[in-house]
Amino acid sequence: MLENYLPILIFMAVGLIMGAVVMAIGYLLGPQRPDSEKGSAYECGFEAFEDARMKFDVRYYLVAILFIIFDLEIAFLFPWAVVLGEIGLFALGAMAIFLLILVVGFIYEWKKGALEWE
Amino acid sequence: MNLPGTQDYLAALPEIVVATLACIVLLIDLWSNDRERLLTWLATQFTLLVGIVLIIVQLSTDVTYAFAGTYVKDILSDVLKLFIFIGAGVAFLYMREYLRIHNEMKGEYFTLGLFAVLGMMVLASASHMITLYLGLELLSLSLYALVAMRRDSAQSAEAAMKYFMLGAIASGMLLYGMSMIYGATGSLDLREVADAVAQARSDDLILIFGLVFIVAGIAFKLGAVPFHMWAPDVYQGAPTAVTLFLATVPKLAAFAMLMRLLVDGLGPLHDQWQGMLIILAVLSMAIGNLVAIAQENIRRMLAYSTISHVGFLLLGVLSGTDQGYAAALFYTVVYMIMGLGAFGVLVMLGRAGFEADRLSDIKGLNQRSPWLAGVMLVMMFSMAGVPPFLGFWAKFAVLQEVVAVGLVWLAVAAVVFSIIGAFYYLRIVKLIYFDEAEEQAPIRGSSPMRVMVSSNGLVVLLFGLFPAPLLGICIAVFTRIELVIG
Repeated sequence: MLENYLPILIFMAVGLIMGAVVMAIGYLLGPQRPDSEKGSAYECGFEAFEDARMKFDVRYYLVAILFIIFDLEIAFLFPWAVVLGEIGLFALGAMAIFLLILVVGFIYEWKKGALEWE
Repeated sequence: MNLPGTQDYLAALPEIVVATLACIVLLIDLWSNDRERLLTWLATQFTLLVGIVLIIVQLSTDVTYAFAGTYVKDILSDVLKLFIFIGAGVAFLYMREYLRIHNEMKGEYFTLGLFAVLGMMVLASASHMITLYLGLELLSLSLYALVAMRRDSAQSAEAAMKYFMLGAIASGMLLYGMSMIYGATGSLDLREVADAVAQARSDDLILIFGLVFIVAGIAFKLGAVPFHMWAPDVYQGAPTAVTLFLATVPKLAAFAMLMRLLVDGLGPLHDQWQGMLIILAVLSMAIGNLVAIAQENIRRMLAYSTISHVGFLLLGVLSGTDQGYAAALFYTVVYMIMGLGAFGVLVMLGRAGFEADRLSDIKGLNQRSPWLAGVMLVMMFSMAGVPPFLGFWAKFAVLQEVVAVGLVWLAVAAVVFSIIGAFYYLRIVKLIYFDEAEEQAPIRGSSPMRVMVSSNGLVVLLFGLFPAPLLGICIAVFTRIELVIG
């Protein structure tokens, strides 16, 4: 019975080796001529203005993630609209419930002030 | 096309109602100006109460499949949901006390908690791999957010990040395994999978591949060694209120996942997964109990203690008999009660901006509050498995079933490891009763909290003296339903 698991062991070993080999090839075959200018940090061709480790505004991130949620809803609506005629009222009800749940989320983010820029 | 009918909606009524009420609780919380969030909390508890009533009204031993076989309502799902509601209710009460003590009251703790409960309910009733995964993700995502609730604390953020990463890997493993099973059997419906597996050859490579990945995924979620790395950091990093919730109630959901996937779906492969679970169980009991000894932080120690308890839980499941499953269910419920009590005491010891979680914080508790010390004593003795407390019966029931299937060496190993484990439980008792208190701050706590912690201790003591009712429920669950076993 134990020999059943041999392929899994081989699978894991091959996975590990593949990962290591690919990185090793890049390291070994790539030309490596470091100098101090190449190694230093730069920002669009200039000397770096400030340290990369700083606090930055997460508002863009918040807006982006909220956008994705409501954008995905369209992905549901398209296939639904195509077969709406066949499924009929049930589909209408199901989508209404889905949108209702989304609206609850929308009310939540609005009331919490996630949509306000300032 | 078959549209769902009234029958389907009736079977899933508890989920539908809890989902609706959870949304309403979210809206109530938005418009509540109360700093104490009393209304949100009451609405949350009301939701759980409605859930309990709905389950009890529909309680029956009939097995109903709904929504084209993706959802099942049987006695196992009913009983699990009842225990989930009760456990979550107690956890929310402790949570409220903690949030008040630390001035961190936010309604999201309760709404996220409710969505986690909903996820657990879906998990308990899943009879299709997609349903199961849906419930698991709803549960996990709510828990990740709960762990990260204290945004400004670097420790919490680290814990949440680790939890999220490892949880995502676990979900990936599980999905990978499920896709293999789908490839081998051509179905995701657990009943059809069971039929197909029963006829498959035992050396079907894809099937075994799938099984290995599914077991690894479940072990991640349960926190069984060697997939336990997230547990100590998360238990320590999350606010205690969140730790007490995620350490206790979701274990019932994890048990449900084990039963649905391994027993209902892959039951005919019992010979194969028994070996894997034996390895997981022995390692969990060994590492959990040994490493817990070295911990200075009580929450970390309880995390390792959880790991060792998970080992015991697996012992019951791996026996592969109905009595074994019943013993494992009993063990899970007992662990939930003990865990809630132990963390409840820790919540009461804390004060604003201070988590009482080092071993030195608990020194001389007997001088500060004899009653609370007594409750902690009961919890520790029970976790160590000292008769006549509840934990003893749980361990006894599991070991009995392991011996019954002829794995005597496994039972002996389990006993040895729990004797080793008794050391660190008893050390807490020693610190409480025989050391001088370093902390002198008075222990306050609202009266509901005092009543609940006390009754939690009494439950462990009373059910320890009379374990028959609780054990009876667990046995009844498995002797009346027919599990799909080849």
